Amino acid sequence: MSEALDTREYKVIGSRVVRPDGIDKVTGRAAFGADLNLPGMLLGVVLRSPHAHARIKSIDTSKAQAMDGVYAVITGADFPNASETEDPALSANVMAREKVLYHGHAVAAVAATSMAIANAAAAAIEVDYEPLKPVLSLDEAMADGATIIDEQLRTAGADEASDTPTNVAQFMRLDRGDVEQGFAEADVIVEGEFATPTVHQGYIEPHACVATINEGGQANVWCSTQGHFDVRSLAAKVLKINVADLRVTASEIGGGFGGKTTIYLEPVAIVMSGKARRPVKMTMTREEVFRASGPASATKSRIKIGAKSDGTLTAMQAWIGYEAGAFPGGPLAPGLMCVFAPYNAPNFLIEGVDVLVNKPKVAAYRAPGAPQAMYAGECMMDELARKLKIDPIDLRILNAVEEGSTATYGPKFKAIGFKACLEAAKAHPNYTRQLAEGEGRGIAAGFWFNAGMQSSAEVHVNENGTVTVIEGNPDIGGSRASMALMAAEELGIPYEQIRVIVADTESAGYTNVTGGSRVTFATGMAVIQASRDIITQLKERAAATWGIEEELVEWEDGHAVPKPGVNADVQPLSLADIAGNAGRTGGPILGRASLNARGAGPGFSVNLADVKIDRETGKVDVTRFTAIQDAGKAIHPSYVEGQMQGGAAQGIGWALNEEYIYDADGVMENAGFLDYRVPVASDLPMIDTQIIEIPNPTHPYGVRGVGETPIVAPLAAVANAVRDATGIRISELPLSPPRVLEALDAAEE
Amino acid sequence: MQSFAYAAPETVEQVIAVLQEHSQAGKPAQILAGGTDLLVQIRSVDGSARTIVDVKKLPETNRLEIGASEIYVGAAIPGAVLTANTDLKARLPGLVEAIDLIGSTQIQGRASLGGNLCNASPAGDTIPALIANAGRCQIAGPAGTRELPVEEFVTGVGTNALGEGELLLGICFTPPAARTSDAYLRFIPRTEMDIAVAGAGVSVTLDEKGICTAARVSICAVAPTVLLVPAAADALIGTSLDDEALAAAGAACTAASSPISDKRGTAEYRRKVVAVLCKRAAGIAAERARGSH
Ligand SMILES: Cc1cc2nc3c(=O)[nH]c(=O)nc-3n(C[C@H](O)[C@H](O)[C@H](O)COP(=O)(O)OP(=O)(O)OC[C@H]3O[C@@H](n4cnc5c(N)ncnc54)[C@H](O)[C@@H]3O)c2cc1C
Repeated sequence: MSEALDTREYKVIGSRVVRPDGIDKVTGRAAFGADLNLPGMLLGVVLRSPHAHARIKSIDTSKAQAMDGVYAVITGADFPNASETEDPALSANVMAREKVLYHGHAVAAVAATSMAIANAAAAAIEVDYEPLKPVLSLDEAMADGATIIDEQLRTAGADEASDTPTNVAQFMRLDRGDVEQGFAEADVIVEGEFATPTVHQGYIEPHACVATINEGGQANVWCSTQGHFDVRSLAAKVLKINVADLRVTASEIGGGFGGKTTIYLEPVAIVMSGKARRPVKMTMTREEVFRASGPASATKSRIKIGAKSDGTLTAMQAWIGYEAGAFPGGPLAPGLMCVFAPYNAPNFLIEGVDVLVNKPKVAAYRAPGAPQAMYAGECMMDELARKLKIDPIDLRILNAVEEGSTATYGPKFKAIGFKACLEAAKAHPNYTRQLAEGEGRGIAAGFWFNAGMQSSAEVHVNENGTVTVIEGNPDIGGSRASMALMAAEELGIPYEQIRVIVADTESAGYTNVTGGSRVTFATGMAVIQASRDIITQLKERAAATWGIEEELVEWEDGHAVPKPGVNADVQPLSLADIAGNAGRTGGPILGRASLNARGAGPGFSVNLADVKIDRETGKVDVTRFTAIQDAGKAIHPSYVEGQMQGGAAQGIGWALNEEYIYDADGVMENAGFLDYRVPVASDLPMIDTQIIEIPNPTHPYGVRGVGETPIVAPLAAVANAVRDATGIRISELPLSPPRVLEALDAAEE
Repeated sequence: MQSFAYAAPETVEQVIAVLQEHSQAGKPAQILAGGTDLLVQIRSVDGSARTIVDVKKLPETNRLEIGASEIYVGAAIPGAVLTANTDLKARLPGLVEAIDLIGSTQIQGRASLGGNLCNASPAGDTIPALIANAGRCQIAGPAGTRELPVEEFVTGVGTNALGEGELLLGICFTPPAARTSDAYLRFIPRTEMDIAVAGAGVSVTLDEKGICTAARVSICAVAPTVLLVPAAADALIGTSLDDEALAAAGAACTAASSPISDKRGTAEYRRKVVAVLCKRAAGIAAERARGSH
């Protein structure tokens, strides 16, 4: 489903209204994952593996079972056989079976009347492990004679099928033209190798849920998630239960960034609730979030780019390896599809692998795979500009994709805003601002596809003409406000007269996750269509009231009016008039829409970063940061800017200090916010934003997704600024003080 | 976490009595000031049952006196009270800036100088500043009160010189002489909410010609305990605190340190950075001393 662009002048969208969920959130009333308490509720904890890789020889739960206050003790044996489920990897990630595959992997769980009892019982479970050698990096995993994590694994997508066990889960290639020829034609070639560490989304709210299941097998789950319909389908797969028997309600959510698009605790809590016949609440500690939820892949990459002396690209080549964690499924495909997506290259060869290591299974993190890939790609574009002595923005403008260009990943672009972002960057005062001593400036581009997918919406007209919108996307970035703005625009009534409800899986139509930057685009389209459905009905009611043909009625500014020239002596009817009279004209009025949205317009960005380097300590301070991005149409500009600023903050953290630090046994050493260093407010400058609006032709208002693109460019923008300030290309993230100082000192020797 | 008993005596004698009773009965008791270390440790390290003895109700631990012959800072005074005291800041600016580095505004509403010192972390931010200013611990116990230089108070990682039934009442300083001042700097990869990778506190005294006549240098997070580095002080004394002297003091700090490599920084990095911090802190202290009378 896609829609033609509507070019009218807007009355409500584009305004900066107050979000309806705001007061409850700032006053602490909003109920998050851990905030639900039910009568008789037990508290559950997970016993986690102390080894990064080991065979489970036996588990003895008898001591734990015997403890007072313990109502359920479960292990993998209490779940359906993983291999017999539709998603064996997910099942084995939720609860380990024969092997533990990372430090923190769940091996058993306990539900008890208090946390103290649950923890004591978990400690009393005796697990006999046979430790195995852990595989802790891409290089180790791919080395000849590497320890094999999963004997059954074979490389998908390999040129030649092989039956040899491997840690490489997938090989992928994208190509066009002849790169060798392209490099032969080049006047200048740049090449580089890059590495990025495992990082975490760092959402503030840990995973939490409350589950109940009755004797008839009907279960209720309340949880913090980006998609309760996905929790339903995934939990149903792991537990082999009927989707119809599982009702999932999404709590308010304290951040997800992709990390809450899968499940960890929910099936465990359901199984324990079944055993205990009581509700069970489970909440991860911060440490568990780091050790056992899905971070983003560490990567290694090699990039080679060739160009004519005027800057015209002749060939682009990339190899990117993604660590998948303990199960296949790192963001290989999107990463490869993004790496050179902003550029027209006549010849390219993009290859990569998805590789198992003994670390937690990675999960989505904003624009999955793209930040790592484009960090490497955009650093090399910077090197190319330096070598050619061309302004880095000019180099990008010269080679930028535009409407009609064929993307590296296949389709032809419709209207896109890359050149507009580049031109805005060039004209931005921050691009020409004088740098102070010791400062450097970097620029980088960002790209993300954005997603459409399935959404539903209902619009109910209340008896006084106010409106309730019912939809199924947990509100993370202010989407209730955006939905209300779009319904208000369509219906022609004030924003304040609309309430938006995020309903549970039994009360809202099926809707995909709050992810893929899809909600304002796809669910917004459903809300627009449902509102138009209402308008059709409102016109029918007015026509019936007036005794004229439906076609003779128009909807204007929240009122039914006869079409110009219609000879009817009637007063316009407001939405409130029609609603108040609905009982006499056919009953309650409700509209609905469901769709599979296509044509999500790709999002491009350009970031400018200024940094200052302390030569003696290696500390990098970001002194200025400018994010420029094409939003298509900003429904609520503050929330678009919020996405841009939040993505910049996370990207700067990724560039400068965030990393999983492992010891030799595969134990993460910094599983807390003290030593896993996300930037705090005082670490960041004001992040300047500039929204570009090149309408997406397949959305009625021109909306493009905006949530993911913002995290893509900052890594390279900061790295290029450090390169500019120091004259040294440090090709591994994070650019932490010890790494920068070492590089500076080495360059001096 | 298990059940806790809580006592909040109003006299030093009662605190000592409670502590002694517990130790004689073999029952654990632990002193609480602001709790910003203690409560975190109970939650994350050891949540076993104990009696918490709150020392915030004692006049001795709350007294702040900035006299002509002595400065006394009560051990349990919240950091926010100390950083708001302009008189203290004028006398011991380096100590106050060290206190101001602890955590955040919220943490400083509770965190005390005594807690920072008694917690005896190798990275405790106020400890180098206390040592640089030749602070003296005022300790009360069953045998009466005693005094101990701060550099002798910390005995190891997380351990201090307090004996059975003893508590820290406060810290005394001799008011800085003319043309004397101090500074404290630490390095963290962020701007706040972090633990020192290395830190340096420096106090210097200048004569009328600007020559350094006395100095104390103390460094943290580069050894199991916070160190007093006499060699660094010697490198400053007798000089005009020129670049060369500051660099020599820094080098002495590097030589004195025996850091470990961990998630917060490599040993090599810490050795380099401690020299930079010493040099810079000495420069700031010198600047302040030149401006004071
Ligand atoms: C978020 C956060 C950030 C922090 N940032 C920093 C930082 O930047 N730099 C830094 O150095 N520290 C930091 N800390 C640690 C802590 O805040 C400081 O060490 C603080 O000064 C401790 O003081 P307190 O009064 O809270 O001590 P408490 O927690 O009450 O006590 C600490 C220890 O000292 C003992 N104790 C306290 N008072 C006495 C006494 N009078 N006599 C005998 N024993 C006593 C206690 O038994 C306990 O063992 C941080 C802590 C948190 C939670």
